[in-house]
Amino acid sequence: MLSRVANNLCWLGRYLERAENTARLINVNSNLLLDLPKSIVLGWEPLVDIVSDRTAFYTAYDVADEQSVLSFLLFGPNDPSSIVSSLEFARENARTIREIIPREVWEQINELYIYGHENYSKALIRRSRYEFLTEVIESVQKITGILAGTMTHDEGYHFLKIGRNLERADMTTRIIDVRSASLLQETETEQSAFENLQWMSVLKSLTAYQMYRREMRLRIRRPDVLKFLLLEERFPRSLLHTLQEVDKCVQTLPHFDATKSEIEQVEKLLMSANPQSLIQDKLHQFIDDVQLGINQVFVKLEETYF
Amino acid sequence: MPINWNKYDTGPFHDELVKSPGKPRAYAKGLCEFIQNLSDVELQEYKAGADSAIKVMGITFRVYNDEEGSIDRAWPFDIVPRLIELKEWQQIEKGLKQRVKALNLFINDLYNEQNIIKDGIFPKELLTHSKNFLPQCKGVTPPMGIWAHICGSDLVRDQHGTVYVLEDNLRVPSGVSYMLENRQVMKRVFPEMFRQYDILPVDNYPSDLYDMLAALSPREIPEPEIVVLTPGIYNSAYFEHAYLAQQMGAELVVGDDLVVEDDNCVYMRTINGLSRVDVIYRRIDDDFIDPEVFNPESTLGVPGLMRAWKAGNVALANAPGSGVADDKVVYSYVPQIIEYYLKEEPLLSNVPTYRCVNPDEKEYVLANIEKMVVKPANESGGYGMLIGPHASTKEHDEFRQLIKDDPRNYVAQPMLLLSTAPTMVGNTVEGRHLDLRPFILSSQDVCVTMGGLTRVAMTKGSTVVNSSQGGGSKDTWIVDMEGN
Repeated sequence: MLSRVANNLCWLGRYLERAENTARLINVNSNLLLDLPKSIVLGWEPLVDIVSDRTAFYTAYDVADEQSVLSFLLFGPNDPSSIVSSLEFARENARTIREIIPREVWEQINELYIYGHENYSKALIRRSRYEFLTEVIESVQKITGILAGTMTHDEGYHFLKIGRNLERADMTTRIIDVRSASLLQETETEQSAFENLQWMSVLKSLTAYQMYRREMRLRIRRPDVLKFLLLEERFPRSLLHTLQEVDKCVQTLPHFDATKSEIEQVEKLLMSANPQSLIQDKLHQFIDDVQLGINQVFVKLEETYF
Repeated sequence: MPINWNKYDTGPFHDELVKSPGKPRAYAKGLCEFIQNLSDVELQEYKAGADSAIKVMGITFRVYNDEEGSIDRAWPFDIVPRLIELKEWQQIEKGLKQRVKALNLFINDLYNEQNIIKDGIFPKELLTHSKNFLPQCKGVTPPMGIWAHICGSDLVRDQHGTVYVLEDNLRVPSGVSYMLENRQVMKRVFPEMFRQYDILPVDNYPSDLYDMLAALSPREIPEPEIVVLTPGIYNSAYFEHAYLAQQMGAELVVGDDLVVEDDNCVYMRTINGLSRVDVIYRRIDDDFIDPEVFNPESTLGVPGLMRAWKAGNVALANAPGSGVADDKVVYSYVPQIIEYYLKEEPLLSNVPTYRCVNPDEKEYVLANIEKMVVKPANESGGYGMLIGPHASTKEHDEFRQLIKDDPRNYVAQPMLLLSTAPTMVGNTVEGRHLDLRPFILSSQDVCVTMGGLTRVAMTKGSTVVNSSQGGGSKDTWIVDMEGN
């Protein structure tokens, strides 16, 4: 497999995953805002923090209100993380490796790009927002499904999966990080009902709510949520699971030793965590370390294969 | 209002489907009846169906213009197919094979003994002034002596129904993927018609292409490494490069993916390290393939590629220098070339061609330029042409001057009345001029696509069919009417 192609496949996986994740995030936030009392100012700015960064946002907009943040996240002109940009990059990547991916997948990516491009303004309006975002999420799911069902599970497929899982891991850390910093007031009892709601939204952003409930059978508590999102290896969006997936894929490639040992480092770091004690600054520091580790994995991949 | 064939005006032209108003040709009867029974709404539905299929399948080509730069456009497609009867097609096929065989013998001769020049058939001056004759290729004989492995010849039909070869594209002819995709679109949109006719399939091309390329491999191994070398996604034919690589299961590479090592072998950079390449189907022009030998500014090619090719360590299709026979002056010699090498009568006609390099022919062209089509010897894509009857007096004068300045670079042909076929215009059909580009593959065997790419000038009266200049295309059906 050509190095350039491997690189493109990896990024194709990342961009598709990013579009899906951003769509989920907007969806969940829209819902959450409906449930919170006016006294709790949550707003939209945290979404900018999760997906991109404030500098990019504030060069284009003055205030972080719903319309501005949404246009930024949907088609942000300077923002490679916006849904439309992600879809555009995914399509460009797919185009340069058109001969590698199954034709149906190319057609779906192309169609999704056209759909996103022509319809993103729907999501600015609350009434049609859900429809647009769901279409994006479902289309990416469909693409993932067609890939799994029709593409030979060779090295190329594994590069796609590596990209997807690294992006997923990255997103999970960002959501935990931003949400814990902006949402948590640990002790205020009067707000506990809403805190509960906010941790629920964290789970929901990662489609983890239902599975958490099945697994933990407990009320929603920070340490349990963290434990689930960091360490539940059977849940496909937990950090440990995504890393194990990357690990498995990497082992099908030639010369995987260096990359594998980077992955193991992050895994060790995760296992060493004690969710009970991960609060505020400590949690932030911990997530930072994990993000650095994930980054190192990517750097090693680049060095070895691209 | 549904389509009424009685009102279809064929004018002075040969129409591919309709003999005279209200009288479809025998093989087109079923199709014409089918179309005539469609309501306006149904017609629009078929059209919309085709448009959306093209959009979703991502069938595009790139065009360049001053306002928008380079943009990706949906492939322009007409839903009314162009039909040719199998019996006639088989004759054309024979003629094409004969032609390409002779052209390959000619190219190999030019780069080696030059017997055709010694025997006084082909003038030496023409060669010395040919832009596409590459002295760097002298003395090389590629495997089986074949240079132009993939040839796209443009065929037209005049008002009497005679088929002519208009030109042979021996460098990097494109369009075959659109031929294949047009068929896919038609199958999605008009499945009914495929039950009614015996339409010969075109899908074999990618495997034929693969077999042809594999036969060129310098290493005798069961699965030689074949790659398609593309200039990249900004090339107008990128879609086709990716498409063919995908269909053949070959790697699609850009120049940077390849490297020539000290052993004069070509390798590609893979996740396993370097891996040897045997055959390169290159879609980059001669001038750009190797900055060591040709254009030193080229970043599209691979330094050292010519060394590897000359050492016989890699096969290039088409071979560098094949373009020497892709010259409109050489074109005029093809009938003699066929007779010289094959001792056969040409089966396909050449359009009578005046070579401005000969003084008396030049005088004729200068005097009759209003009636003629003037072409530069080495351009492709319809650029730099003069269509006398459609041009202004000023343009006539400009071309007279161009010819006087550089007579070797111009040929002229009488204006043929090109054939037409019914083409959707709004909700009805009108005749539009068209041509046909079949593709001929040569290595151990010679094979021809079943039909080819029909290109149609979408503007009334126009004969410019190039997609870069507003042309469209039709699916081409070779229909077997035996037993019907």
